[in-house]
Amino acid sequence: MTISLEDRGVGPGLEPERVIEVRDLHMQYGRLEAVRGLDLHVLRGEVFAFLGPNGAGKTTTVEILEGFRRRTSGHVSVLGDDPQLAGPSWRARIGVVLQESAPERDLTVAECLRLYAGYYPAPRGVAETLALVGLADRAGSTASRLSGGQRRRLDVALALIGDPELVFLDEPTTGFDPSARRAAWDMVAGLRTLGVTVFLTTHYMEEAERLADRVAVVVQGRIVAEGTPGSLAGRDRAAVEIRFSLPEGASPEDLPASVRCAVVGRDGERLLVRTASTVSALGPLVRWAEDRGVDLPDLEVRRPSLEDVYLALTVPEQVAVTAPEPTRVP
Amino acid sequence: MTTTAVQLGEHKASRTARLALHQFSYDLRALVRNRQSQFFTLALPILFLLIFASVFSGNDVKVSGGRLSASVVYVPGIMTLGIISASFVNLVISVTAQRESGVLKRRRATPVPAAAIIAGRALTAVVAALGVTVALLAIGWAAYGASIPARTAPALAVTVVVGTVAFCCLGYALTSVIRNEDAAQPVTQALMLPLYFISGVFVPVSSLPSWLVNVADVFPVRHLAAALLVAYNPHTTGSGFAGWDLLIVAAWGGAGLVLAVRRFSWVPLGH
Repeated sequence: MTISLEDRGVGPGLEPERVIEVRDLHMQYGRLEAVRGLDLHVLRGEVFAFLGPNGAGKTTTVEILEGFRRRTSGHVSVLGDDPQLAGPSWRARIGVVLQESAPERDLTVAECLRLYAGYYPAPRGVAETLALVGLADRAGSTASRLSGGQRRRLDVALALIGDPELVFLDEPTTGFDPSARRAAWDMVAGLRTLGVTVFLTTHYMEEAERLADRVAVVVQGRIVAEGTPGSLAGRDRAAVEIRFSLPEGASPEDLPASVRCAVVGRDGERLLVRTASTVSALGPLVRWAEDRGVDLPDLEVRRPSLEDVYLALTVPEQVAVTAPEPTRVP
Repeated sequence: MTTTAVQLGEHKASRTARLALHQFSYDLRALVRNRQSQFFTLALPILFLLIFASVFSGNDVKVSGGRLSASVVYVPGIMTLGIISASFVNLVISVTAQRESGVLKRRRATPVPAAAIIAGRALTAVVAALGVTVALLAIGWAAYGASIPARTAPALAVTVVVGTVAFCCLGYALTSVIRNEDAAQPVTQALMLPLYFISGVFVPVSSLPSWLVNVADVFPVRHLAAALLVAYNPHTTGSGFAGWDLLIVAAWGGAGLVLAVRRFSWVPLGH
């Protein structure tokens, strides 16, 4: 799901505009270095997913980009301005959906939107915004009585009411049931058609895979991988894994040579084959089974999922047991 | 930032004032609809007036310039409580809740100036305090024959507004040191209840030992109550402005404002 340069309003021969540009960002809290030399950029009109485990510096980075936090050092530009110096005219061009925020108490959905519309110089219409997030039929409901999914839609509506160019979505579907999550994804996909640039933070790989043009993974305050969801960390070039159970009475030695050589071990009861070429392993395997007149009912072929790649990047490798601190001799 | 002013097409001060009124109209709507606010801001002061004025109805109280029925003295006393509920107590509870639930942070992410949100909320408290004052005056007049002062009415109105604004500032100061919304209600009550007892709100000052009155004299509740009594007391000569008391109330408000400006947070403190 890529967007052509023309769609981004960029002429031929020009680089797409970078609406967010971060170079060598550092953030230090006391002795803790939460962000250590982070680089990233987001192009106009794309949906950019920012992934990373808790404590990786994700929230800190997002809060710096939103202008809530002052960085220790580094270059940050959002819509051409430095967020920590930018004023109301800059704020009018961004929308923020926070990870946690309650609705305005004792106001209806439409009143919440009118309150926020008043903050902006050129807001989108209230009815139009409600329709965008699928809350048109709840305009008169008290905001605090909405369901969890509807509240999140209201959060998004409040971020869109100012007609922003760039929207920050911080874990927009955490705690959603599958159908509410689908609906939220459709809504984000709708933002893309409006030409809004989306900076999405999420824990869900399926969400990133479905929505994002580009993803970046942050671990311990640095970007460790960046690319399209399909090619992140060489995922598209990674070996294919084939799993199957040997038919009754067959042993691994009976397998055709091209399969036998690629067997790397077992995954439970099944044999695990890893190969760079799907066809050269799968073809002989299927013909072999056909010749023997047996089926391979639990045959499975897959490339590493985005989640596999993500886990490989983020789960810390077994750290060697470090020697205990030397006892200080007085 | 000249570009800001140009792009927003409006002078900064007039934009802030317009947005403060905008914020006020929604804050007031929310306040009027909130059942907890309805009870603590309007119903409870009325209930207190009815109870105290009935219990001590036979007594006379010595006031400046003569004596008044205890029921009448309770009108400005409970008015003090009503003003503090509408400003200080209500503000601490609602602003702490808004901060901890991310509402303030979300507003801060928009182009609305901070001053507009703060002023809009304070204006809501002023209107609520004036509403409570009118209700208490009407009950005092209907039930206890306490006349509504015409000559000192401007002084009374000014005292209500000065008191409300000062206690809003103190509310903003207190909310900046309360870390979660569960603590807001108990902390405000723990601070205010003892002060109500020693400041002439629940018990006339003339029946308190002098050392206790000296303690109360340090705090703004006593001075707000005294200023309201001066403006309300039919024996008062002149316009009824209690300049010294108002000055002390305003000074407390100013100190609260300084603390609030230094410590006020838009993002949740808890967790």
